[in-house]
Amino acid sequence: MTAATAGRFEAAFAAGAAGGRPGIIPYVTAGFPGPDDTAPLLLACQRAGSLAAEVGIPFSDPLADGPTIQSAGWRALEQGMTPARAISEVARARDAGLTIPVAAMTYINPVLTMGIEAFAGACAAAGIDGVIVPDLPVEEAAGLAASLGAHGVAHIPLVAPTTPTSRVARVAATAAGFIYCVSVTGTTGARESVSPAALDLLERVRSVTALPRALGFGISRPEHVEALTGHCEAVVVGSALLDAIASGGDDPGAIAERFVRELRGVGAAG
Amino acid sequence: MTTAGRFGIYGGAFVPETLVPALEELEAAMNEALADPAFIAELDGWLYDYAGRPTPLTLARRLTEACGGAEIWLKREDLVHTGAHKLNNALGQVLLARRMGKTRIIAETGAGQHGVATATVCACFGLECVVYMGREDIRRQALNVYKMGLLGAEVRPVDSGSRTLKDATNEAIRDWVTNVENTHYVIGSVVGPHPYPTLVKRFQRVIGDEARRQALQRWGALPDTVVACVGGGSNAIGIFTAFLEDEDVELVGVEAAGRGIETGEHAASLEAGRPGVLHGAYSYLLQDANGQVRETHSISAGLDYPGVGPEHAALRDAERARYVTCTDGEALRSFHRLCRMEGIIPALESSHALAVAERLARELGPGHRVLVCLSGRGDKDIDTVRAVSGAGEGDS
Ligand SMILES: Cc1ncc(COP(=O)(O)O)c(C=O)c1O
Repeated sequence: MTAATAGRFEAAFAAGAAGGRPGIIPYVTAGFPGPDDTAPLLLACQRAGSLAAEVGIPFSDPLADGPTIQSAGWRALEQGMTPARAISEVARARDAGLTIPVAAMTYINPVLTMGIEAFAGACAAAGIDGVIVPDLPVEEAAGLAASLGAHGVAHIPLVAPTTPTSRVARVAATAAGFIYCVSVTGTTGARESVSPAALDLLERVRSVTALPRALGFGISRPEHVEALTGHCEAVVVGSALLDAIASGGDDPGAIAERFVRELRGVGAAG
Repeated sequence: MTTAGRFGIYGGAFVPETLVPALEELEAAMNEALADPAFIAELDGWLYDYAGRPTPLTLARRLTEACGGAEIWLKREDLVHTGAHKLNNALGQVLLARRMGKTRIIAETGAGQHGVATATVCACFGLECVVYMGREDIRRQALNVYKMGLLGAEVRPVDSGSRTLKDATNEAIRDWVTNVENTHYVIGSVVGPHPYPTLVKRFQRVIGDEARRQALQRWGALPDTVVACVGGGSNAIGIFTAFLEDEDVELVGVEAAGRGIETGEHAASLEAGRPGVLHGAYSYLLQDANGQVRETHSISAGLDYPGVGPEHAALRDAERARYVTCTDGEALRSFHRLCRMEGIIPALESSHALAVAERLARELGPGHRVLVCLSGRGDKDIDTVRAVSGAGEGDS
């Protein structure tokens, strides 16, 4: 097991920099579809050439999430998923050869319950490289960002189309690893197209920071990724992947692998 | 975790980034409007000429005799138009939203009283109104659902989680995240991210401001104790605020003990919860060992909520108010007593406050006065009471 290094993100983004097409960051809810599926899914995402992976630690009241991620989270909770167990799934994947960067996404209440310091330490020990908390705006984030930083884990904040550029600069100053750009005013969930507001946000982010930009919320198809070439360094794809897993067969890993390859625009062998 | 909008260590604004600018805009609009005499005059006009304020202070004569102790006085928010204190806040917020140029109004509702109040004000201004309501609450508050339809609002059922107020609030916030450009979210209690707890308190403090004035006029004295039920806590903050500086006035909030605290089936966040973040605020919260929000139970839909307004958490820490609980059964018995003895059918929420007021009146003894916030009338609860009490039964 390798300890967390904010450097894992740096290296991954540096390697992807020349390619043009944004790297893929698949999102999986820990404990979905089954309690033991998460580590194999992360490894499948790695095999498919993902730039990084995001693991959702489910919370009972996920305000920023649409129906797909909500129901994946509830299903995981019903089957006994806990924050500690979700974190240990990443450690298990690291032990089995996962080398791509991993970010954990969760809400602030489970973090407060575990204790900010204990949470940061557990993430670092499990090989989690960054943490995304969508209900923790910059005004409330100093404590968590400091604890994560002390453990070498990146605090990855979000910016949205409604965020003024001056505020983007303020948020970016607290960021490490990358900056999470929310593509829509809305919750997570697969959407038909990438909004002009998303492209505008990506431009505004670039005007105030050199950090890599990952665009998330709504990205679901290879055409979206293609169209984002030159606009961002990565895309996060969650709901569309979970939908595919939910409606697919009994091998979630194979579904995820195929799905990520399609997003990357490479064939089965790529 | 430090920012504006704190009550002691509680409160704050834990929301998705998308909403941060909207909350800042709301705070600025709130400060500007509340400092503008024209806005206050407009609000007062609606409160007095439309909503029916001021509400009376009524001596519960026979109930007082039956308890044999302190006098029990009722602040009659049940007489506010639409039948509960909720209209005070809905009027204030919709007037503010209009000033901000918002054309669409959303709300969450539990008992349906806040939904009806919001739908009512939207009808007055011809505004689009969408109300989120848990499927379970839609079932037990059918009358209010129908009323909202009559008033031109769209009620959207919420099927997630426990299908009650918590889940309706989640959906309302998700709607707001999506439609924040043209939409104002009229939150129904002193909960949610800053500036909502402060905003709602401002619009509800009229309850206590009036009651304090009425007390001094009628009795030449202040009450010994002020009692109110606490769901999110808006009627309680509303009646407490005017008395905060009156150190001799005891303030008592009543949470729903449901089937009993020991059964785990209750909604008593301050009594049995620990601090956490729900719906954008840090306050007491019913949650499990992993920080997942727990399901709650109360016979009254308006108290069936796992959180509580952050100011109540701070008032308790500061020992300025104390918080006690009342079970479904105790509330029902007080419900029936008020019907039979005073000719007033109270809301089940308010019946929780009544039960504790009766208890305190006995303890205080004659020569004292207990002031109860009778937050609403019980028409909406008739089906619930009929189901649990049996047809024709009185004092169960
Ligand atoms: C009559 C009445 N009282 C009290 C409440 C509880 O809300 P709060 O604690 O905000 O006053 C409600 C909520 O629906 C209500 O309808």
